[in-house]
Amino acid sequence: MRFFVRRIIFYLITLWAAITINFFIPRVMPGDPVQAAIAAAGGSISPDAIPALEALFGLDPDASLWSQYVDYLGLLLHGDLGVSFSYTGFAVTDVIKDALPWTIGLVGIATIISFVIGTLIGSGIGWRRGTWADSLLPISTFFSAVPYFWLALLSIAIFSVGLGWFPASGSYDRNMAPNWSWEFVGSVIYYGALPALTIVISSIAGWILGMRNMMVTVSSEDYVTVAQAKGLSERKVLFGYAARNAILPQISSFALSLGFIVGGTLVMEIVFSYQGIGFMLFNAVNAKDYPLMQGCFLVITLAVLLANILADFVYGVLDPRTRQEG
Amino acid sequence: MSTLAESRTPRAAASGTDPVLEIKNLSVDYGYDDPTHVLRQVSLTLNRGEVLGLAGESGCGKSTLAYAATRLLPPPGLITGGEVIFTGRDGIRSDILALNDKDLRASRWQDLAIVFQGAMNSLNPVFRIGRQIADGIQAHMPQVTKKEALERSANLLEMVGISADRLRDYPHQLSGGMRQRVMIAMALALDPQVLIMDEPTTALDVVMQRQIVEQIAELRERLGFSVIFITHDVSLLIEIADRIAIMYAGEIVEDASAQDVYRRPRHPYSDGLLHSFPPLRGERRELGGIPGSPPDMRKLPTGCPFRDRCAFVFDACAHITPELVHPAVAGDDHRRSVACLRHEPETVAAAGFTPQPVPDRLALR
Amino acid sequence: MTAVDNTVINDTVDLATDATAPDQGRRKFLFMRNAKAVTGLVILGFFTLIAIIGPYIAPYDPNARSKDILQPPSMAHLFGTTHVGQDIFSQIVVGTRGVMVVGFVAGIVATTIGVLIGVTAGFIGGWGDESLSALSNVFLVIPQLPLIIIIAGQLPSAGGLTVALVIAATGWAWGARVLRAQTLSLRRRDFVEAARANGEKTWRIITAEILPNLTAIIAAGFVGTVGFAVLSQITLSFIGITSVSDWNWGTVLFWAQQQLALQRGAWWWFVPAGLCIALLGMALTLINFGIDEFVNPRLRSTGLNARSLRKRKIRPRIGFTPVVYEAKEDRG
Repeated sequence: MRFFVRRIIFYLITLWAAITINFFIPRVMPGDPVQAAIAAAGGSISPDAIPALEALFGLDPDASLWSQYVDYLGLLLHGDLGVSFSYTGFAVTDVIKDALPWTIGLVGIATIISFVIGTLIGSGIGWRRGTWADSLLPISTFFSAVPYFWLALLSIAIFSVGLGWFPASGSYDRNMAPNWSWEFVGSVIYYGALPALTIVISSIAGWILGMRNMMVTVSSEDYVTVAQAKGLSERKVLFGYAARNAILPQISSFALSLGFIVGGTLVMEIVFSYQGIGFMLFNAVNAKDYPLMQGCFLVITLAVLLANILADFVYGVLDPRTRQEG
Repeated sequence: MSTLAESRTPRAAASGTDPVLEIKNLSVDYGYDDPTHVLRQVSLTLNRGEVLGLAGESGCGKSTLAYAATRLLPPPGLITGGEVIFTGRDGIRSDILALNDKDLRASRWQDLAIVFQGAMNSLNPVFRIGRQIADGIQAHMPQVTKKEALERSANLLEMVGISADRLRDYPHQLSGGMRQRVMIAMALALDPQVLIMDEPTTALDVVMQRQIVEQIAELRERLGFSVIFITHDVSLLIEIADRIAIMYAGEIVEDASAQDVYRRPRHPYSDGLLHSFPPLRGERRELGGIPGSPPDMRKLPTGCPFRDRCAFVFDACAHITPELVHPAVAGDDHRRSVACLRHEPETVAAAGFTPQPVPDRLALR
Repeated sequence: MTAVDNTVINDTVDLATDATAPDQGRRKFLFMRNAKAVTGLVILGFFTLIAIIGPYIAPYDPNARSKDILQPPSMAHLFGTTHVGQDIFSQIVVGTRGVMVVGFVAGIVATTIGVLIGVTAGFIGGWGDESLSALSNVFLVIPQLPLIIIIAGQLPSAGGLTVALVIAATGWAWGARVLRAQTLSLRRRDFVEAARANGEKTWRIITAEILPNLTAIIAAGFVGTVGFAVLSQITLSFIGITSVSDWNWGTVLFWAQQQLALQRGAWWWFVPAGLCIALLGMALTLINFGIDEFVNPRLRSTGLNARSLRKRKIRPRIGFTPVVYEAKEDRG
């Protein structure tokens, strides 16, 4: 239990840190871009929303930093992230609520697929060192070095513009109204296939290389040799001993690099104009929609934290040593 | 096999006993491109019911010998020649090095089991120990249910003095001595005929060492398996072993009964090794140790590899590589052998050097 | 590696003993013999050279428009031209400097922060360690790119140096974490304990005993951070958050995307820049592989030349030592 308690405390600290960073960024920036933006927006922002924006961005010069901070935390606790400048009249939380499922669906599923397949391939390559499988390494190295968004550009050029197999942008056929019909779900899958495939291809190399190195390290552990000495089948030794233990550090690194991967995949949404959080963040930056920017960052961080907690939980289940008392 | 290889077979093995494991001219390289020859044509025979001690300083290749003989040596280990003949209870002989993967898997643990050095790393930290004992049983007896295998595991644990309710413990919940016992229980799961124990007591304190050694001796009485016991601690071997083989720089330099090695060492290295450890019991001896350090296996000197550290070195040692021969001491057990030019006057003379007598220290009766 | 006596394999995973071994010179040489590392260093050197001399060797002004609109690669325009006739080759050559400067500045700053925090945490231990490692873990978990985006997005003007500093401020945590772990284990080593028992000053122990043994890890961290910084900066430029008038490979891609190079089939507009990024990224990865293999011999594939092993019918496997009957009868 102590393991989980420690981790939960850590995540609470991280969440607090992310919120605090978010609080300070607009306050330490030179100039007063938000004030200017509100002025520029003129009457389009309803007067009721102004106090919340002032609290979020520290626009009230009379309030002390501490009282600003308390107000800010109070707003967040109520789920109030202010109103969006660009989506006039909408609260940031509502705007994000519309985008989040798309990101979780695309980035979440693609990342998990990539992790699972990459880990499997990596264990195979690590297990069969010194065979043809090693020749997969240079290819993986190449793919782990290219930026995600460039692969996205390439795949659009080839599969949408060139071959015309997939649409180049969007998340479903705009002629349809979102509903739970097969037709609509099919359209979502059709539009999501290319971005998902691109995410998988660009992030899989990292998992392959990581797992391969862990397999090489774990394979030389004595318990793997003991498993062979016992005459267990190859499959048992590989999945029960070598890969079973190599996956533990792989999960830790999954948790740690999640922030990095999510960052990279969000850019994919931009390239594919996919209506998720990343695309929204991009639009918010371009439109100087500061409340939405801040909100997107907080939600992304929160999502990454939740995924981390999940990874930790899986780790705890897989490694009995973490459940040790004391 | 060439005549040279034939002549290297120790005479001890030639005496008509009942061999269960015969290692013949085993050669092992380390590294594929620029190899180090870590074992050079090593021959060793384990007889049925015998405890054979294998001793030497760390790095002499004693563990390599055990792992190569079972084909468990990790990359970049490479077996470059030799045979390892196992004789089953039914008298069928098979060369472990020539078995295909399937047969080798079937033979492992059933015929020959190993207790590895360092029990902490030998147990998979993420599985309960019961499961780790049981999976070995089930791999060889697919008809056994999981429940039966776990019951057998519980019996095995009790046999080594661990209560059966520890079956559901993870390795990190056990003490070092208990883990080593678990490893022994695991190794005995299929009633193997040969048990190789690689430094099974090194990481343990003296009291625990004592208990483990007694346990092994007692289990051998009961179950009748043969043991190859590897250690750098010769005094421990004298307690438990019937016969002792001393290794130096990838070769066996002396092979004799435990009492003979202890009271009448014939090789200067065995003599030095005996004076490096206090005996566990019996009369006190003067502790000397061996000057110098083991040779670099990548660049072995010509002639006798021990000559730089030997008190009885003479001119021929730099030119002739000693072979395992019967010691040149009258009245010695005809099964013992030693690789030292002091015991090979004919070879020395034939090469044009003046033979030197066996020093008194190496000719005790 | 208990299966084989240690002296037989004189390689150990132990970084500290590696670094203090007497044949250090030979090991350095080994690193330079590592084909991966050398390839990586050569590519990196090439780009560094271009970064220095780029503006002088570029055949055209990267901003200059011409009548050759959207031309595919030719002798006059090696990488073709843009929608207003700018020479893409010149844009990439000139833009190399922006990429490398941001990469190196961010790398140096982030590595410095990482060393300070990581080594301090590992060395002081206790409560200070707890809070410093919590701090670096926080920065690891917070998604960096979105953080960089919102910081850069709120800056009135995000030039190259600012971007480099923002990247460094968010990207130091990985190095700090690795360094902390290694310092922690070094601190318990005999030679450090001995220095402490001798009453040496803390800063001297750190600079004379600990830092030299961390060189490989610091180098790996630096190389990794440079890669991260290059990718982040190019991404920021690509999505147009930083100033789009400073040339770097990301801005080339930004214009390609803006001007629908994909839809117009102008592959030459986005392929070369991407390949340059990939090449640079690969160079950095290769250097890090070299360092990894240097530090962790288990990963070394030297001696595992697949072709020569196949020829000798050797398949290196755990648990099934290959047997080849090629021993010479004489004793080598």
